[in-house]
Amino acid sequence: MATEQPDRRTWQRPTAFYNHYVKWAVYAIITVFLLWSVWDMRISPARVVQGWGSAVGLITGMFPPEFTAFKMDLLIEGMIESVAMSVVATIIGVIISIPVAFMAAENIAPEPVYWVGRGIITVSRAFHELIIAIIAVKAVGIGALAGVIALSYKTIGFFAKLLAEEIEDIDSGQMEATEATGANRIQTMLFGVVPQVMPRIVGLTIYRWDINIRHSTIVGIVGAGGIGSTLINSFDKYDYDFFMTIVLAIVAVVIVGELVSTYVRGRIQ
Amino acid sequence: MLSVTDLQKTYPSGDEALKGVSLDVTGNETVAMIGPSGAGKSTFIRCINRLTEPTGGTVELDGLEITGLSGKELRNARRDMGMIFQEYNLIERLTVMENVLSGRLGYVSTWDAFRRKFSGEDIERAYEVLDRVGLEGHENNRADELSGGQRQRVGIARAILQRPKILLVDEPTSSLDPETSRAVMDLLTEIAAEDDIPVLINIHEVDLAEEYADRIVGLRDGEKVFEGTPADLDETARGQIYRGEEIPDDTAVKRPSDDDDPTESTTQEGAMRRG
Repeated sequence: MATEQPDRRTWQRPTAFYNHYVKWAVYAIITVFLLWSVWDMRISPARVVQGWGSAVGLITGMFPPEFTAFKMDLLIEGMIESVAMSVVATIIGVIISIPVAFMAAENIAPEPVYWVGRGIITVSRAFHELIIAIIAVKAVGIGALAGVIALSYKTIGFFAKLLAEEIEDIDSGQMEATEATGANRIQTMLFGVVPQVMPRIVGLTIYRWDINIRHSTIVGIVGAGGIGSTLINSFDKYDYDFFMTIVLAIVAVVIVGELVSTYVRGRIQ
Repeated sequence: MLSVTDLQKTYPSGDEALKGVSLDVTGNETVAMIGPSGAGKSTFIRCINRLTEPTGGTVELDGLEITGLSGKELRNARRDMGMIFQEYNLIERLTVMENVLSGRLGYVSTWDAFRRKFSGEDIERAYEVLDRVGLEGHENNRADELSGGQRQRVGIARAILQRPKILLVDEPTSSLDPETSRAVMDLLTEIAAEDDIPVLINIHEVDLAEEYADRIVGLRDGEKVFEGTPADLDETARGQIYRGEEIPDDTAVKRPSDDDDPTESTTQEGAMRRG
């Protein structure tokens, strides 16, 4: 066929790489790197089989979950502490976040203040809450206080960043009209800005509370109070049935938190 | 008395919005400023209370030079100038009463503003002003529930609650239908007469300017090209303002003859106002 139509044009799908040689070279490098990684970790088939056996042992150890009265008391105590931590941390975090958000809104804050606000947000977002929790436990000792510090700290980065973005999107006309009456800077914020972002403040608070419930179950693993401490204790004692009970309880609480959050945020819109 | 001398505004982009405009507004007269989109009408009015910072010239209100003020002094000067906006600029999520009372913000403490607490006298006056603009019974409606005409009435009520020495009105009717526009203009001129304060209005509709204004000022490309009574606004003057035509005796500055259609490009002006 080709001999009959020597001028027939060919077409190849364009590649994201420079050309097809580069493409195949990249694929080859990725394959070699993967093989090297596996070889480097020395994960032999025998090791996989061994690991599988122990995993089955752990899972069978978890059933049936344990619901004895003594363990239920421990569970409830830990869970109440976790939820309390999430509530306190959310409120403290939000109270600190609101001024930070105003500082970090480009359309409102003077430039030096803006960079300070952005800086606070970045520092808060830079570390995982577990790192903050470890530091807080070292600083103030084991218990719920360390957990509250870790969760409040993380709330600032999240809440202030999203609220600052909301403030940057406001209708500036309302702010100008307030300014034109002779209102001072803070009065202008109170009338020209806050009413516009109020639904967002409420929605974000509920959303962050929902996130803090989940995170409050984790920070206990490093000693920062709540159900996480109960969880890691049971695990250290090979008490896998109770471990399973706690896991189920965490799932239940997180689902309830998420339902409340979804419902409230739905109502605000 | 408002006295503006040689007001200039050059935006950082290099746009010369105002190239030295002078204007006096006195007594309880209504002065209408007309001109094509982008002529600098909004910039002029916003430079008076310094929502936009002028780059040259002076503004004096009752002998007080406003262009040199800052901080508390500027805020006190702003209390004496009621401003009304094209898009109403009401605080949408607050009630009509709160919007009207926000006209008193220059007189209340920050803490009282935080608690939305205003004096009994202010509240009584707010009720009276709402009656006066025809919104009695609407004090608990949220601003975003109202129609355009009602919103502009709230905007007017907010401005007169300031007890201003002058009303600065920026395109009050551009977002309204002709019938409502007339009602709003009636209200504005009525207030000017009753409260004995002057009104400076930017307006697109030349027929409304002729009907309601005591004096008309024509702005084109940042320069004042006409000033006179509505009777003086003949075809020559209109040509000069809207099409940049020279008048026969050649007192006007020569302009390149561009074919601006006065009805086009409201978006351009919107961009300038926000820019």
